Amino acid sequence: MAKTIAEINDKIRQGQAVVVTAEEIIEIVANKGAAQAAKEVDVVTTGTFGPMCSSGAYFNFGHTKPKIKAGGGTALLNGVPAYTGWAAVDLYIGATALPEDDPRNKIPPGEFSYGGAHVIEDLLAGKDVRLQIEAYGTDCYPRKHLDTLINLKDLNEAVLFNTRNAYQNYNVAVNLSQKTIYTYLGTLKPNLGNANYCSAGQLSPLLNDPYLKTIGLGTRIWLGGGVGYVAWQGTQFNPHAPRLDNGTPKRPAQTLAVIGDLKQMKAQWIKGVSFVGYGTTLNVGIGIPIPILNEEIVKCTAVKDADITCAVVDYSEAYPQGKADVLGEVTYQQLKSGEIEVKGKKVPTSGISSYKNARVIADDLKEQIKKGKFLLTEKVADLPSAEQAPNFKPLNERPFKRGK
Amino acid sequence: MVSRKIVLTFPKQKIDKPIVYKLIKDYDLVFNILKASITPDQEGHMVIEISGDKEQIEKGIKYLQEQGLKFEPLSKDIRVNWDKCVQCGACVSICPTGALFVKDRQTMEVSFDSEKCIACELCIRPCPPRAIEVHF
Ligand code: SF4
Ligand code: SF4
Repeated sequence: MAKTIAEINDKIRQGQAVVVTAEEIIEIVANKGAAQAAKEVDVVTTGTFGPMCSSGAYFNFGHTKPKIKAGGGTALLNGVPAYTGWAAVDLYIGATALPEDDPRNKIPPGEFSYGGAHVIEDLLAGKDVRLQIEAYGTDCYPRKHLDTLINLKDLNEAVLFNTRNAYQNYNVAVNLSQKTIYTYLGTLKPNLGNANYCSAGQLSPLLNDPYLKTIGLGTRIWLGGGVGYVAWQGTQFNPHAPRLDNGTPKRPAQTLAVIGDLKQMKAQWIKGVSFVGYGTTLNVGIGIPIPILNEEIVKCTAVKDADITCAVVDYSEAYPQGKADVLGEVTYQQLKSGEIEVKGKKVPTSGISSYKNARVIADDLKEQIKKGKFLLTEKVADLPSAEQAPNFKPLNERPFKRGK
Repeated sequence: MVSRKIVLTFPKQKIDKPIVYKLIKDYDLVFNILKASITPDQEGHMVIEISGDKEQIEKGIKYLQEQGLKFEPLSKDIRVNWDKCVQCGACVSICPTGALFVKDRQTMEVSFDSEKCIACELCIRPCPPRAIEVHF
């Protein structure tokens, strides 16, 4: 018997919805079967908390007297450049932006101790942030300089807007070379010294709804401890990735662009982090509720770590050179055991995405739904299917030649 | 009986001398080698824990200094600031002694056992929120 989202929401409002996490549903389906589980359970909650580089926030800081137009000028937030190519007092700060005087990788590996991601975290933590603007001045916006403190609570709008989050599966990074390398998947010791993965596996949102049957444009989500929405498919959205019989992709596949009111979020769940030798990025917490409309959907949410595989990739050569070579495939169960085997060698593993915090998020979302505080949404439109989405392709370089 | 953790640096020419043997034999000290390495230019590094009679430890250390060994007490104290830690696990496969480890593979919670830590500091920079701190 199929359910509708409206029916589930009625139960949520009455405080009667049966809500479990993507971890708990595994046993329920194993014990009772999918048909019974689909009848009994209304919502399965997922979660993920990991570094997501294509993240940032835009805000409107309010007009000055006399007025200034940041557009076409430059803006710094605690020394980190923000994007000004908009109207007068709107700015966008990206997670990976760095202060101009940051030494970067001049003496490798660089520290990258403060960047755009940290500015966002500082704003969320309620700290004052220094805003410096250099403008060119116009008749309507005569002012040319601004150097002031701003605070999140005083901003007109502050919106987290991330163009690629919640990757559906990811690579496991290893290092085949003789020297330590520093990547966005962490520090990789030489000669297969360690293996770093980055997914919440069985708790990860898009692995629990692999064909995005319930997640689409407008889906309400738990974002950074507040409420957000799916704004679009994320960049590098790739539904074409090869899949297992259970529907989960074996390679990095679909992604989400998400949006939400920054003022409602918490610094604990939107955290600036620094990858030595690589740069800064933002750790983003996302939880997505999956309405159990039928048996097929509940089966997908019951996917477990042992049934999800990902590719082991060499980040000393194959990844940076854009080669498709894969050293093998492993399951998340193997990764979480602390050791995998690559080329006959036992390699210790580390997660970069926090499984512990993914659980906290899935639990928090579950409690909110049970208490009637979080209602589910009907998606406004589907995200592109494999038939509709263009192939995800590398750049076809056409070197520029100056004309005579 | 007391014990102290110290860091020893052996100059090139001392490496093949039976210094450790002498400390055990002449000063009756108990040794626990926590970490040992030789750099490409043949300098040796060792983090050791010596236990024994307080006076004998002092004498033993004096002997080491007379032999031209550089020695520093391992007074660095590594601490995890749990408010900053995002519980990612990046440090776990970096830490050579298992001081940073996953206690329970069900919850994947990362824990720290300061007893096992040899203050090598390998974990400090790879920690994304820089939650691991060195205290002196
Ligand atoms: S300093 Fe860090 S890496 Fe080294 S032993 Fe201690 S915890 Fe492990
Ligand atoms: S690397 Fe840092 S943040 Fe990650 S688990 Fe270890 S101490 Fe915590």
